Formats: sequence, structure tokens, C-alpha cells
Amino acid sequence: MTENTVYKKTYSQPPVDIGEILRYCGCTDADDGFIGIVQNLLDEATKNISYKVCYRFADIKIQGNNCDLGFVSVESADLAKNLKDCNRIILFAATVGIEIDRLIAKYSKISPSKAVIMQAIGAERIEALCDTFCKDMANQFSLKPRFSAGYGDLPLEIQKDIFAVLDCSKQIGLTLNNSMLMSPTKSVTAITGIINTDTGANK
Amino acid sequence: MNFIDFLKENIVFLDGGMGTILQSKGLGAGEHPELWNITHPDIIKDIHKAYFDAGSNVVNTNTFGANLLNFSLSELDDIIRNAIKNADDARRESNSEKEKFIALDIGPSGKLLKPYGDFDFEVAVELFAQTVRLGVKYGADLITIETMNDSYETKAALLAAKENSDLPVIVTNAYGEDGKLMTGASPEAMVAMLEGMGADAIGANCSLGPKQLISVVERLLDCASVPVILKPNAGLPKTVNGETVFDVTADEFSDDVKALVLKGVRVVGGCCGTTPEYIKALTEKIKDIQPKAIEQKNDTVVSSYTHAVKFGASPLLIGERINPTGKKRFKQALIENDIPYILNEGLSQQEKGVHILDVNVGLPDIDEKKMLVDCVCELQAIINLPLQIDTSDCEAMEAALRRYNGKAMINSVNGKEESMKAVFPLVKKYGGVVVALTLDENGIPSTADERVEIAKKILITAEEYGINKKDIIFDTLAMTISADNNAANVTLEALNSIKNELGCHTSLGVSNISFGLPNRDAVNGTFFALALENGLSAAIMNPHSAEMMKTYFTYRALRGLDANCADYINAADSFTTSSPVAKATTAVADTDMKSALQNAVVKGLKEQAGEITKELLKENEPLDIVQNEIIPALDTVGKGFENKTVYLPQLLMSAEAAKSAFEIIKSQLSIKGGKGADKGRFVIATVHGDIHDIGKNIVKLLLENYGFAVTDLGKDVPPEVIVEEVIKQHAPLVGLSALMTTTVPAMEETIKLIKEKAPWCKTVVGGAVLNKEYAEKIGADKYCKDAMETVRYAEEIIKA
Repeated sequence: MTENTVYKKTYSQPPVDIGEILRYCGCTDADDGFIGIVQNLLDEATKNISYKVCYRFADIKIQGNNCDLGFVSVESADLAKNLKDCNRIILFAATVGIEIDRLIAKYSKISPSKAVIMQAIGAERIEALCDTFCKDMANQFSLKPRFSAGYGDLPLEIQKDIFAVLDCSKQIGLTLNNSMLMSPTKSVTAITGIINTDTGANK
Repeated sequence: MNFIDFLKENIVFLDGGMGTILQSKGLGAGEHPELWNITHPDIIKDIHKAYFDAGSNVVNTNTFGANLLNFSLSELDDIIRNAIKNADDARRESNSEKEKFIALDIGPSGKLLKPYGDFDFEVAVELFAQTVRLGVKYGADLITIETMNDSYETKAALLAAKENSDLPVIVTNAYGEDGKLMTGASPEAMVAMLEGMGADAIGANCSLGPKQLISVVERLLDCASVPVILKPNAGLPKTVNGETVFDVTADEFSDDVKALVLKGVRVVGGCCGTTPEYIKALTEKIKDIQPKAIEQKNDTVVSSYTHAVKFGASPLLIGERINPTGKKRFKQALIENDIPYILNEGLSQQEKGVHILDVNVGLPDIDEKKMLVDCVCELQAIINLPLQIDTSDCEAMEAALRRYNGKAMINSVNGKEESMKAVFPLVKKYGGVVVALTLDENGIPSTADERVEIAKKILITAEEYGINKKDIIFDTLAMTISADNNAANVTLEALNSIKNELGCHTSLGVSNISFGLPNRDAVNGTFFALALENGLSAAIMNPHSAEMMKTYFTYRALRGLDANCADYINAADSFTTSSPVAKATTAVADTDMKSALQNAVVKGLKEQAGEITKELLKENEPLDIVQNEIIPALDTVGKGFENKTVYLPQLLMSAEAAKSAFEIIKSQLSIKGGKGADKGRFVIATVHGDIHDIGKNIVKLLLENYGFAVTDLGKDVPPEVIVEEVIKQHAPLVGLSALMTTTVPAMEETIKLIKEKAPWCKTVVGGAVLNKEYAEKIGADKYCKDAMETVRYAEEIIKA
């Protein structure tokens, strides 16, 4: 790892995809009444959601299935495959904050149907944030699809190392518990490889 | 000179960054900087010395993450001893002639507190306490609590500091660009809570540069009666030639901070990216500025985890519905530990626009202390209104105040020596605005003058405990006019004197005035208006009473407290519309009531289902409605779900509609004293280490729909707690849920313990990572893929 800088970004609201929210709800078709309920909950949620990302760069070495990510060395065939042709990665953590957890908790207590929808909204929002961040970074680098701990054979335990080097708690208020669960829950950590053809270092 | 005296008279210079300097000196990513106190003492000492030389009055020890989550007790002892020694060596070696102090630095734990994380509040208090005790042992002059982005964790740290030392404590929080902490608290909310608990200075540090913190600092200055601290970052980080640098120069930084010192900031320093150069620039630019005197604010303020509520010209509404007095259904909820019912009472009052929620859960047969703490924690998890802790049990009061995330209202103290002796120390320790009743050992005086005399006595005693007048609110006691014709006059007269002569805020439990009279709302509404005109600051009242709300909105409009009468106009509609009962009945008037209920359940129409049930109950037996209407409707939907023609949210909406029908039936049965349907007992929990509970709640809802008595133990539940409940109820069935592979072992352990201690009990498991094979492997009797399957299985077991 050649540099220590952890960057932080706050985004304004990424575009909402209602279809994705419905998909996360498990609905393949929905009537106007149901979409109206989703829309109301979405309005309640977006008032309170914040979109925060922290990230850093790291030089990496891939040998066989061994991925030396600079801050941790890990055996993972799937990650090695994903990072083929990369010497460098962006490591990031993203969260839409604790308010969505509060709303999910509120509806869990009083209306499980709305809790399911709120949960779907949170899932759609954090994915949208990750997409927005990666698109933003793709303006400077050509990037591989993002890859998270727990995907394929990449062990969930490297979350601990990711949290340590990104200083997630201080940067964006994201914490990890002993069972490797993140709080706030609508959060993602991921690695995205920078494809070698791009020689421009970060600015 | 001691720090507190120095703080009174001077602008205090803190130090600048530590972590960012250590990184430039080779501290690796993810390495603990605190260990450098032992491994690189000279580097640490030199950094401290450079700050003292640059003009810092206070350096923070290199102990940001020095706690038992990161180190063993012996390591921690070593680290803190060496950290304080390094700072002390620097102090001796520095030639600076300024006053020099060493602050024990305490940063956040890196864990999120329950309920949104897994870190218990008391465990957090003890974690910080260990660090504090070592700091005291090795001779720190003061304690700095910094970079906290959660109000609750800040409270835990300050409580630990206060309970384990007599040292001065200064507290800074990390505010985001939205001017709030990560968990939602505003600067005003933080000041209310931290001043209430006795912080010696309060402010902002880290996260942003000085320019981005201007508005937060101005807001702190507007409400704080203690010195305000500013310790910002040197802007944002960037990388130049492989090195991290920050984008605000020392010159610009010191100009920005100076501008805020001119506005009244009294304690200044720098955070990430700042160096001794920045502190030198600060001290040079600020050295000739006279410190601005700190103005004592006389505002009466309570706070929640998000915002502060100030008592002022516009009256406040305190919702009274979370209280079992005279409410059979609420009593039943308390006995059955039916927390959702209580939360609903809170949410519906919030919707009506109350500003504060009164919480009274005292009942002879329950453990009030536990119930009060549980309710406070549950309410503050989802409702952002300040709470009024309402209890006569001082142990319960203390337990609830301790766990409360903010500055609470406390109900109540009175003029009896015994009461003041018990309650005032709690107000002093935890902060709070306390309601003082104008009664004493001789009871409630019959004249206004005597009530005012008691108020004066209470104020004098409060002052002896160090409690400010602004934190006392007087209740001159509304007594029913049906017993004493002059009762209202006395109450109002006393109210008027206390407001206008003593200059204190007031509150009343308004509805007591009409006890024993018909159409009480009419009396209450008019009395409320009279009380407002006599200086009532806050009413403890029922926001579902149209008369009370009419008075509230019209009073504000008439008294010029409602700009453009906007709130009145907004609310006016609700004064005239007919009741929802009438609406629902007309909607279904020409259809058969019975099939109408089935229809409402199938369509998931919650309110209609409830209203139709009310109508049906006039002519039908409760259990007939369940058997002939609700269950067939649920079966229709359940089958649809199993055949994949109904989706999960729709299934749940039907279940909720059925529940609202059950709720009506239940209240009817509790009035009649009968018992509801009870097919069998089912204990349910999300296992230890896991905090996902949506799936579990869905299962619970459907089981209840089908007549099972479900005991929900919540989430993150240890195996022994589950087993204890199973044994206590002799439950034939327990349901366990886990979302993560990492928490399945906790599930396995729970099943093992159940098999050992309660062999009669069947275990059913579910959750995203489970399947039939996995469930068998961990010894579960049954895996169910969804809530409907769990219902079917439960019915099978109960039949057998």
C-alpha cells in the first residue's frame, strides 16, 4: 500500500428505480394502490437518507489465487479472477445512514408489510449509491465490477481489515459487529479493480 | 492554576492533529497509534512538545482508541501510563511560558450502540470508565471526549467520566455537512444533553474544515451557557507525491477560526491535517483578542436524540396516552409486555402533533423499573420526540434517565423534603427538566398563595442541589371542579403568579379538572384556554381530543403565535369532519357486513377491517367473527401466497388488517374480562449476534392471526434467555431466526440447549442462509421457508 489517504464523499440523491424496489419486495407486478404505498414510504425515507462513501487506493499483487491487497493478503479464486489485469484497486465503504434502519425498525413494530417495503427501499438506495460512486470513479479510471467480502469464495472475515484501513466508523459512521454485521445495515464495502490500461494516477 | 479557573478567564488553545502526523512518520494503515506511546515515546513526546511550543495550553494524550476493545487491561494500563508520561515530559521540556494542561483523550469505541448496533449502553459506560480510571490514576488534568458521532455514545462516555473522576470534562462531536451527528442529533440537542450532565465545555471537532463548521458553531454559541470549542480539520485530504496533505493552509485556517473566536468561541485547536504550524498561526492571530464573556441562557429546553424542544410563548403539548390509568386495554398491554401497542400509542400522538410524550407504565403487578426502561428504549428507537419520564418510583426514574438518549422531562418532584431529596440528585446527575407539583407534607393547599409558597421553597432547595431555576416547571395541580367549585380558580391564580412573579414555566394535567362530570372534553377545552391565558407553558393532554386541539390551534392563532394562521388552517378541517366510524359504515352499508370484513382482510384494508369489526361486535359473538370471517379470509390469502398469486407485502397487509380486527375484538374481550383465542404457546426470537428481525416479525404476525399466543423475545437473544422462557411457559414450540452464516452457530447452540433443558419443545428455524439440510445439520426439528409454512407446522404440532 503506497498511500494512506482516505477520501470521503457525500452524494445528493441518486435516481430512484421503483421497479428495483418492487423486485426487492418480491413483486413482479403491482397495482397502482401498492405503488402508491411504495411511493409514500419512499418519500418518507428519502427525506432522511444521507449518501456517504469513504475510499482509498491500494496497489495489489495477484499470484495464482493469492491476492495481496496491500492491507491484507487473502486466498480467493473468485477475487483473483475479478482482479485479473489490475495492479491497483479502489477500496470503498458506502452507507445510506441510520435513518433507514430507524424506519425499518418502526414499521417492523407496527406494520410488517411496510417494513418489507422499507427494507426494499434501503436495498435499492444503497445499490444506487454504490452505482453512483463507481460511475463517478469511472470518469477517471476504467473499473472492474465491484466485488464484496462474502461474494464467491472471498471470506467475510476480511471485513475487519477493510474497516481498519478505511477507518469507516470515523469517516462515515459505519461500524462492524462481532458477527461481521454492518451497522447501519444498508451499507456496502467493496473492492473495484482499476484496469491496467489506465495509467493516470488519482488526482 | 487549575483548568476550570483558566477556562473562565481565557481563550484556551488546544493542540492539533496527532493521527495524521503519525501516518506521515510511518504509522501503518490499520496499526494502533496508541502503541506508539510505548514503542516510539520520543516521537510522541516531540509532537506534544511542538504543540506546547507553538502555544497550546492543552495537549490531548495519544489515547484516542485506548480502550478494552482494542487492548488487554495490562496493555491499556501501559499505554495510558506512557501516554500521560510522554505528554508530561513534553510539558517539562517545553519553554513555552503559557499555562499547560494534559487531557486524557477519549475517542469513540468504533461500535454502534443498541438497538441499531450490538453494543450495550452500560457496556459502553464501563468501557470508557476503565480508560477514565487509568487516566485519573496516572494524573491527567482533564478529560477530552472527542469525535463522537453518536449522541448516545457521547452520553455513555460523559457518564463514565463523571462517575469515575472529578476532573473537568470537555466534549466535542463530529458534525456532518447537514449540521447533525451521524445518528441525527442537532447542536441544540447536544448542548441540552451535555450541559444537563455537567460538561465543562462543548463543541465541534473533526469531519470538516472551519468554514463548513461555521453554522454549527454559531448554533452552539446561540444556545450554550458553557464555553464553546472548535477543533476542525485542515479541510479535506488529498494526495501529493504519495503523501496525504490537507487543502486548507495554516494561514487560511487560523483566519477562519479567528473569525469564530470573535463571535464567542473560547476553546480552539485543530484536528486531522493540522500541525504545530497551524496552532502557532492560531495563537499569534488570536493572542490579542479579549475573550468574549459567556452569556447564561435562560431557556428551558428538553431534547431527544435528534432535536431540542424549547419552552416559550407558544404552548407545548405533552401527550398523556402512554399511561394505564383508567385504560383496561393499556393495562393488558403492559401485563402481556405488548410493546408494539405502546409504541402505537406514541406514534399516533406524534401524528397528532404533540411535542413531548409522557411515559407512565406503573402498574402494581409489573416490574415498573424494567418496563419503564424497556419502553423508553423502545420509544427512543423509533420516535424522535423528547420523553417525559413519569413515575413515583425513584429507582425506575433513575434507570430510565440513565438510558434516555437526551435531556428528559421528569414527572415529578414535589415540596416534600423526601421527594426533593430523592429526585433532585437525579436531575443534577443526568440532566433534565423536572415538573414540580405544588404540594408538600400538608397536602395540596386550598389557596393559590400557599401553592406559590411551596413553589418558592422548591426553587430554594433546587438551588442548593445546583439545579437552575430554568430546569424546574411548576404544576399547580388541576383538581376536579365537581368536588370543589373554586378548584379551577385556585389553580389558575397560582399558575398566573408562578409564571409572572416567579418567572417560571408551568404545566398542568388539564383533564383532571373535569373528573366526574359528563362530556368532559367540553370542560377540558375551555379550562385549557383559561390556563393558557394565565401563562400555561405546557399541557399534559390527550391529543385525540378534538376540543383540546381546537383550543390549542385557536389560541395560537388568536395570540399571534401562528404565522398567517397556517397551522390553524391546516388543522381546521379535522375539527369538523365526521368520525371514521360513520365513514366506514356508509362505505359498506349496502353490502353484507360479514363478507365486507372478509373483503377488507383479503384486500388488506386495515382501518376498514377494524371499523367493520366494531359494527359486527354489536350483533355477533367475538369468537364467531374470528371463526366465520377472519380465519376464512386469511386462508384465502394464505393459499394465494402458497400458490404464488399473492406476494409477501400483500399477504402482510391482509395479516395487518386481520390484526386490526383482532385488536378490536381483544379490547372488547378485555372489557368483558374474557380471554382471547389461545391455540398454543409459541416462543420466538432472532438468535444471539443477529439484529435482523423483519422475518421473525412476519412469522409472529401470522401466528397471532391464527390464534397462537406468541412471546417475542426480540433480536440478539442469548440461548439461555430463550430456554428460560420456553421452560417458564412450557412452550411446545420455539421459532428461531438468523440471517447471517456467522450467526447460525448461535442458532445451533440455542437448539442444543433447548433439547437438553426443554426436551418437549420443538424447534423451527428460518432465515436467509438456511435450508432444509442446513437446518437438519444443526439439529432443528423443522425448517420453514416462509411464515405460512410456519403456521401450518405450528398447527400440525398443536394438533398432535
